[in-house]
Amino acid sequence: MQSRIDPSGSQTLSPATGMGPALLSMRNVSKSYGDRKILDGIDLDVAPGEKVALIGPSGSGKTTILRLAIGLVEPEEGTIRIDGRYLWHEEDGGRLRRASNKHTRQVRRSVGIVFQQFNLFPHMSALENVREPLVHTIGLPRPEAEKRAAGLLAKVGLADHLTKRPAQLSGGQQQRVAIARSMALQPRVMLFDEVTSALDPELVGEVLKVVRDLAHETDMSMLIVTHEISFAIDIADRVLMFDTGKIIEEGPPSQVLKAPQEPRTRQFLRAILER
Amino acid sequence: MDDFAAFQAYLPFILKGIPVTLLVAFLAMCVAIPVAFILALGRMSPSRSLNMPAGFVIELFRGSSSLVQLFWVFYVLPFFGLELPPLAAGVFVLGVNSGSYMSEIIRAGLNAVPAGQREAALALGFSPQYRFFRIILPQALPLMIPPFSNSMITMLKFTSLVSLVTIQDLTFRANMVASSMGDSSSIYILVILVYFGLSLLLALLGRFLEAIVNKRAGRSISLFGSANPSRIPPWALGRSG
Amino acid sequence: MNSFGWDWSYAISTLPDLFSGLKLTIIATFFGSILAVLIGLVLCLVRMAQIPVLSGLASFWIQLIRGTPLLIQLYFIFYVLPGWGLSLAAFATGVLALGMYYAAYAAEIFRAGIEEIAPGQWEASLTLGMPIPRVWTGVILPQAIVAVIPVLANMVIAMFKETALLSSITIMELLAQGKSVGSIHFRYVEPLTMVGVLYFIVSYTAARMIRRLEGRHAIQN
Repeated sequence: MQSRIDPSGSQTLSPATGMGPALLSMRNVSKSYGDRKILDGIDLDVAPGEKVALIGPSGSGKTTILRLAIGLVEPEEGTIRIDGRYLWHEEDGGRLRRASNKHTRQVRRSVGIVFQQFNLFPHMSALENVREPLVHTIGLPRPEAEKRAAGLLAKVGLADHLTKRPAQLSGGQQQRVAIARSMALQPRVMLFDEVTSALDPELVGEVLKVVRDLAHETDMSMLIVTHEISFAIDIADRVLMFDTGKIIEEGPPSQVLKAPQEPRTRQFLRAILER
Repeated sequence: MDDFAAFQAYLPFILKGIPVTLLVAFLAMCVAIPVAFILALGRMSPSRSLNMPAGFVIELFRGSSSLVQLFWVFYVLPFFGLELPPLAAGVFVLGVNSGSYMSEIIRAGLNAVPAGQREAALALGFSPQYRFFRIILPQALPLMIPPFSNSMITMLKFTSLVSLVTIQDLTFRANMVASSMGDSSSIYILVILVYFGLSLLLALLGRFLEAIVNKRAGRSISLFGSANPSRIPPWALGRSG
Repeated sequence: MNSFGWDWSYAISTLPDLFSGLKLTIIATFFGSILAVLIGLVLCLVRMAQIPVLSGLASFWIQLIRGTPLLIQLYFIFYVLPGWGLSLAAFATGVLALGMYYAAYAAEIFRAGIEEIAPGQWEASLTLGMPIPRVWTGVILPQAIVAVIPVLANMVIAMFKETALLSSITIMELLAQGKSVGSIHFRYVEPLTMVGVLYFIVSYTAARMIRRLEGRHAIQN
């Protein structure tokens, strides 16, 4: 595995936008669970500030891409780099070796994720959920962390709910806390994993609005797994269509979502729109 | 001396067994809890050099009778030059034996915390210590408390075994007095009621702990009464409805 | 006899005595289990049936038994009941004590099994117009009893290990045999270790078998 890595590849340009050196870069990444291959030799580059929407049927590997990008799972094959640094490897005299946990934790810090199921800490208030990473991961003094956390929560429209526990908030509010929390460490890449799938239909709008504002206001790169097609058209610079562990079609939303070339993509979009 | 007079005369002697019983239970619990955590974490570790020995200790202590283990420590270890005083032998066996059983409670509690919690903590860059003590454990503890309070009651009953290795606990004293009386019923009934009363107190203490931990975990639970209502319809039990 | 280390010939010579003790232990466990399951089921049903006084008594009885040590219950039956006109042989006393003690646990196991039956089963029976006693005997109990078999089996293993307490009322079961052999030869290392090994072999094998049966059961469903 180590011999196949090409250390000079760090300067690849993002193929879609050419916006500069890739911020997130995957090379030949494969991942299986048991004998089921979830991802098969994926190459992916995301430029700084680029917003990428990932679509495809469930089980096609799009969620696994996000979990790989933040290092929740380790690929069997291939390399992942965030801002030029390997997530699972350390360079040692031109060769790559398996990185320490500390190194992985360090690199992972530039990536944030919002989960489908929110995954807020139920024993902490909204404010504590956002404050704790500021205090314990970055080491900010508590008063300053608290101030910054309150600011983030205000930004997602929850200034009046600081002391509430997750159980006291609606699904939409919980997801907005989760977004504020993942913003706390000021990641350079943000991952959104079907963030509205677990919500009641009437709560979807408020969460999409927060993500949309974030997409338009910040220069973070974003990877967004979503089934909301109009939302993807609105915010994405590029759309990737996944099927059985591979990217089968990619391009700007005007192309992939409005005039797809692949029959499989057409079939998938038709099924989604007919819901 | 008639039996009632004897009963009165012996009462203080028997009741002096209560602090002994409680002391053995308390000390054994102090051994059992850390042992249970160490065994559970060892068992859950991906490293074979940790989970094999932990599994071995758990199976060894759960596999045979606690009384046999007590006798073994009491009668056999001296042959190997390790003579423990009865109290130490009793506390050690009770503690490690219960700890082996309780390690399963801890394992089940930790496993019951949703995987998403660990993932979120990992994604936010928390240290392993923070993830365990501040994210996973506070959520697992409320699930562990009810079976834990059962373990406390089991431990209390368990302590009666130490009477068989000469420790003068409640059971030992009752037996000693009873053997010198014609009708020993009053002695045994008294001791049964004392154990029962202590069990009820421990159960109440368990409910109290449960209420505290649940409150900290953001859930409320009443100190009395069942937390989950029966799923059996009232008509099936002969009530109208 | 070598006083340090392990003496194999002595260890093997204890086996016939230990096996006769093990036989008694298994017989006591067998009858104790039958008693526990039968009394437990009755206790559970009486408790759930909401009969005035009687259900409350059953509930109190279960709590009382579960709240006191088996050893004391054993002594009570052994030393007190004869004075009240109920004289039992030591072995019968032991079986009775085990049965009564574990019946309180079996009652709780049955109750949990019954509570776990999906509400839909009750509703379906009701809509089919079945009489209530028939719902219990035809629909609920068969499912509940099958569901709790693995738990009951684990209870039997626990009982098997706790039969060692019977040694304290002169029953020559496995542990008592080990102690007696040891006291004759003034050497406990081998007999008591062999006792532990025998307990371990039986209970570990049984636990393994239950786990495997449970696994097969889970796959079939």
